[in-house]
Amino acid sequence: PHAGPLESKNQAAMSEVVPEPRQIPVVPMKPMGINASLLGYIGIDTIIEQMRKKTMKTGFDFNIMVVGQSGLGKSTLVNTLFKSHVSRKSSGWNREEKIPKTVEIKAIGHVIEEGGVKMKLTVIDTPGFGDQINNENCWEPIEKYINEQYEKFLKEEVNIARKKRIPDTRVHCCLYFISPTGHSLRPLDLEFMKHLSKVVNIIPVIAKADTMTLEEKTEFKQRVRKELEVNGIEFYPQKEFDEDLEDKTENDKIRQESMPFAVVGSDKEYQVNGKRVLGRKTPWGIIEVENLNHCEFALLRDFVIRTHLQDLKEVTHNIHYETYRAKRLNGNGGLPPMTVETEENHESNL
Amino acid sequence: YIQPLFPCQFSDSAGYVGFANLPNQVHRKSVKKGFEFTLMVVGESGLGKSTLINSLFLTDLYPERYIPGAAEKIERTVQIEASTVEIEERGVKLRLTVVDTPGYGDAINSQDCFKTIIHYIDNQFERYLHDESGLNRRHIIDNRVHCCFYFISPFGHGLKPLDVEFMKALHGKVNIVPVIAKADTLTLKERERLKRRVLDEISEHGIRIYQLPDADSDEDEEFKEQTRASIPFAVIGSNQLIEVKGKKIRGRLYPWGVVEVENPEHNDFLKLRTMLVTHMQDLQEVTQDLHYENFRSERLKRTGKPVEEEVVDKDRILQQKEAEVR
Repeated sequence: PHAGPLESKNQAAMSEVVPEPRQIPVVPMKPMGINASLLGYIGIDTIIEQMRKKTMKTGFDFNIMVVGQSGLGKSTLVNTLFKSHVSRKSSGWNREEKIPKTVEIKAIGHVIEEGGVKMKLTVIDTPGFGDQINNENCWEPIEKYINEQYEKFLKEEVNIARKKRIPDTRVHCCLYFISPTGHSLRPLDLEFMKHLSKVVNIIPVIAKADTMTLEEKTEFKQRVRKELEVNGIEFYPQKEFDEDLEDKTENDKIRQESMPFAVVGSDKEYQVNGKRVLGRKTPWGIIEVENLNHCEFALLRDFVIRTHLQDLKEVTHNIHYETYRAKRLNGNGGLPPMTVETEENHESNL
Repeated sequence: YIQPLFPCQFSDSAGYVGFANLPNQVHRKSVKKGFEFTLMVVGESGLGKSTLINSLFLTDLYPERYIPGAAEKIERTVQIEASTVEIEERGVKLRLTVVDTPGYGDAINSQDCFKTIIHYIDNQFERYLHDESGLNRRHIIDNRVHCCFYFISPFGHGLKPLDVEFMKALHGKVNIVPVIAKADTLTLKERERLKRRVLDEISEHGIRIYQLPDADSDEDEEFKEQTRASIPFAVIGSNQLIEVKGKKIRGRLYPWGVVEVENPEHNDFLKLRTMLVTHMQDLQEVTQDLHYENFRSERLKRTGKPVEEEVVDKDRILQQKEAEVR
């Protein structure tokens, strides 16, 4: 294939990475016919089983980031999502701790297992975001963290002797918590999502949705959706990455009707109609977290975990990471130069 | 391990998160994408390679085959011919590429006949490395050779010198599966003897053929052992349908009886086919993690000059040294 203008610029940069291949004679591929008279079963569908076994054996990484002001229930929601104490607030941190003066990035890893599948879950919390008096550029440490994970992965990938399975610390999903004001998005919400939707999958959620009635909720959601659209914010699932008509139909419905999910989180159980449910107890009733009539938590959970988990990872790897990589290989394209650690045993080609 | 808040038993229970559904999500995406597999066949003319491939995949590799005579073969060098076919079974799509190597072992002097094959394999690695290092990686095509069936003649007493040289040159570049062709020319006893000799010689020369991975906990350990014990597979291929006891089966009709391709008591065809299709994933993995990574690290360690230049340099240096000595 002939190099376009962008590519030929990079051929020069690339030749230090990979030498130009000499003229490789192309072996033309002939199409082979199928012998129709021979009916039989070969067994290639077993390759699906082989892949399934491989997935189960190797387990997988999933990294989820939560962003939003203090007190919006981020930690509780994550605990509810994974039915375990996986958030920062549950890992021995003081619940009464002060709001940090700058945005901090705290990543906590856990291994959870279900149905024979092992997941190494990392929850990345961002305390201090949006909590200062002056919140200008408070998304920068977050964007920096995300890019640092891409950089880590890239370094491993270009290594001469590279690991069989590169550890994946890249952020696959960023839940952005919108305050249930009932009015509109805040300027900070727009700024954050504008910047970060270009580098990571953002899923906006309306927090503490039990402060709104059904009508207020519907109206607020519509307004938020409109604002996101008007401001050109592409949240996950992004329209341009729908792979086929099936995806598009499914995702259109989610984008235009369900999102942003209005959620309530809880790690307390109560007895309702003879069943144990997760909920919040108030004098006027029990809010059942997993009851679709009460809030959309179950939709969020099904979306992130049960149906789109793999896709979140794939979009991160195939789109966001590749974008980052292309920029890096293009000679910095706007990014401040990353300090390259020199380790004796770390041969690489960057 | 983190203790779940509510230990789960059933998918409807309070403790069920749902990521156990991940393999299904992966499944769905894989089925949509389909799979690619490249199989190379190497062996002298007339060992039944094409017939075997056609038998394995129910294909028609050479519909109008032209078989050159001996005089023509004198001038022929080894060719590389790649054919592709798309096979679909129960919704799973496989794009199979068969790389044939006509002319191998035909020449009177077969000294260099596998150089072409090595170059082909290296070229696929080179191409993949180039694509993988490029800027646009969305649609990299994997044409690397995932498996090589090496055909051993049933007429000899074991491996020929050419067989040994080839396997030694290629065991670090591709998964080699040795196959004894036209097994119906041997009695069962002769077959066992030949297999044993071949295995002994392989071990003697330090040749590394493809090893089946250990059976998983839910796999039939005994079946796997039986499969392992049958290597090298002694096979018969045929695409002719013959009627036996009222059923139409694939086989070869002799005056003294019918050899049935899919009869495990007649030959190892079924074992070979089962081994291949149930290990496609593993064959690809070993190609990626072992052979390709070896190629890549060797390639990147070098000074960056293309292979031929380096060889030429060496020659020139040698010549210079010789001139100095003289």
